[in-house]
Amino acid sequence: MRIALFVTCLTDTMFPDTGKAVVTVLERLGHQVEFPAGQACCGQMHFNTGYRDDALPMARGFVRSFAGYEAIVTPSASCASMIREYYPALAQEAGDQALAAAVSEIAPRVHELSTLLVDVLGQPDVGAYFPHRVTYHPTCHGLRMLKIGDAPYRLLRAVRGLTLAELPEAEACCGFGGTFAVKNAEVSAAICADKVAAIRQTRAEFVVATDNSCLMHIGGALSRQRSGVATKHLAEILASAE
Amino acid sequence: MTSVHGEMPTYLGMPAFPDAAKRAVADTQLRANLTHATHTIRTKRAGAVAELADWEQLRQAAKAIKDHTLANLDTYLIQLEDNVTKAGGHVHWARDAQEANQIVTGLVKAQNASKVVKVKSMTTQEIGLNDALEAHGLEPIETDLAELIVQLGHDLPSHILVPAIHKNRAEIREIFRREMPGAPPDLTDDPAQLAAAARAHLRQAFLEARVAVSGANFAIADTGSLVVVESEGNGRMCLTLPDTLISVVGIEKILPSWRDLEVFLALLPRSSTAERMNPYTSIWTGVSPADGPREFHLVLLDNGRTATLADRTGRQALRCIRCSACLNVCPVYERTGGHAYGSPYPGPIGAIISPQLRGLGSPVDASLPFASTLCGACYEVCPVAINIPEALVYLRAKIKHKRSERAVFHLSGMVLRSPRGLAAAQRAASASRRIVARSGRIRRLPGPLHGWTDTRDAPAPPAESFRAWWGRTRGGKQ
Repeated sequence: MRIALFVTCLTDTMFPDTGKAVVTVLERLGHQVEFPAGQACCGQMHFNTGYRDDALPMARGFVRSFAGYEAIVTPSASCASMIREYYPALAQEAGDQALAAAVSEIAPRVHELSTLLVDVLGQPDVGAYFPHRVTYHPTCHGLRMLKIGDAPYRLLRAVRGLTLAELPEAEACCGFGGTFAVKNAEVSAAICADKVAAIRQTRAEFVVATDNSCLMHIGGALSRQRSGVATKHLAEILASAE
Repeated sequence: MTSVHGEMPTYLGMPAFPDAAKRAVADTQLRANLTHATHTIRTKRAGAVAELADWEQLRQAAKAIKDHTLANLDTYLIQLEDNVTKAGGHVHWARDAQEANQIVTGLVKAQNASKVVKVKSMTTQEIGLNDALEAHGLEPIETDLAELIVQLGHDLPSHILVPAIHKNRAEIREIFRREMPGAPPDLTDDPAQLAAAARAHLRQAFLEARVAVSGANFAIADTGSLVVVESEGNGRMCLTLPDTLISVVGIEKILPSWRDLEVFLALLPRSSTAERMNPYTSIWTGVSPADGPREFHLVLLDNGRTATLADRTGRQALRCIRCSACLNVCPVYERTGGHAYGSPYPGPIGAIISPQLRGLGSPVDASLPFASTLCGACYEVCPVAINIPEALVYLRAKIKHKRSERAVFHLSGMVLRSPRGLAAAQRAASASRRIVARSGRIRRLPGPLHGWTDTRDAPAPPAESFRAWWGRTRGGKQ
């Protein structure tokens, strides 16, 4: 299948290895990956912080860049949920009929990586090898907005050599919340402290998720504590091979 | 002058959420009390809800009934007024907190009563009724155990269902010993002993009081009936013993018909106390000659509700049945408790109700829509399917942002909407990586971003962005 990659601004800028891993996995499975060069940011940070006027041109940019693709993959459940859940409202509120039409066309074809692999392509075994103890944190937007269900678990269970340790209170938020982490830094840190404690209880070497934003938050605390536990995007585990 | 927004007098001038929350997260005792209480109720609720196979249908039915009622509120309010009046009750209309307090105070004075027993009521907390009564030399007596603890402790409620959730039993014993007349000197912190002390204290109040004040969980338009659900029986005492009953009820509490109760009485107790059915459900229609109060007054309160109803996205908050399930699952509430929200309505629902009822003008109201990680746990448990995250981000867009923040977001918006701008920013970030993060990690960020690095490292920018890598390795293939 010809698949367009929406890499997201955060992954593009700060975590390029995740983007490369998505390409590796999909090409290994025989798909053709394209990177529409016009893409930028989905606008979630601006939208969620109350800057809808600034988010609107980003939504327009997104539909311009990704029009015509049969499938669009993104390594972020959060950005995927922004497009699928909030773009329609954004377009309607702006009274932009062309954007609304484009969104209804494109949004259903935007897939978070794990759901693309498991639900759309039906390929839960991507031939990965990762001989480490790993725990999985389901991010809130993946869990409750996008409802990606057990797709990430199915992918991880199929990885050879990998030991999946169950994360206590896995469905609890990590406290990131975008600009919340700065606007209410103390509360954010307090929430994260419990998430980090749960992760360390598992004795995992790596904590895995479908969003680099939450991982940046969790990883920042793990690093500050010199915990020795590293964060990894799901794509990077799936890209690992013998 | 008609006030568009409501008032919550007791809470005026409270600090904005981030400052209040910062103090709360540092309070060890508070944190321990909250962790224990929220986790206990959360787990029990999940069990009670899982027992009903048709929970989701009930939830959607409740949403539909509430939406229909709110869309036809003018009709149902008049119908309710007619039916309450026909049944011998008196209906009063209060535009805001001040009017409601005046009406209630006047009614109590007309009875020559000096004491008022109260059923736990969010609406009377909202209007600051106790303060208003006290200002007129009248004594309100809270009869719900947790509300009594809060009142005796000269405190404010911090939870919709469990107003004293921030206190543990040792702290409650201290409050009783200090403040409760006639509390046994050898009182321990055994819950049964604490309850017995409160019972003895309240019994006298029930027997002496000639006026009671309540709220209502539901007001049934087609019969003119009022409904109060409770657990302790104190409500039943207040609703039946005194000669005069005054109920202060928000105009959104209406259900069109008696049959609609079925849905809500299934949803409310399970969401709220995790019970299949609450121990006491009191329903009354006007007055009856041989039983209960001789006089019944219904005070219908607006206090910002009409303004909220006018807002397409915000109005869903008026579906709320005050179950508090959203508080118990909220990662923010769990760490801060209720006082940080500067309103009798705390937690996720408070963060969308308070700023709508009161308006977005004050620092505390402008900060409330940001008091959330948008994790969505509140929406998931809400028995009337209020999309709280949607309402939060909607309200964030209506707030007047600080000029400095606005400048940052406009500028970053210009960069982030443009692939060229983004690529240029990425090149600058990559070039600076050796300066900003010698160890591969950033330990300290400037300006408001220090909030991040106070407790977390930030990653160093990579040598090359993804798009730069793509262009370099697969330049021709786009």
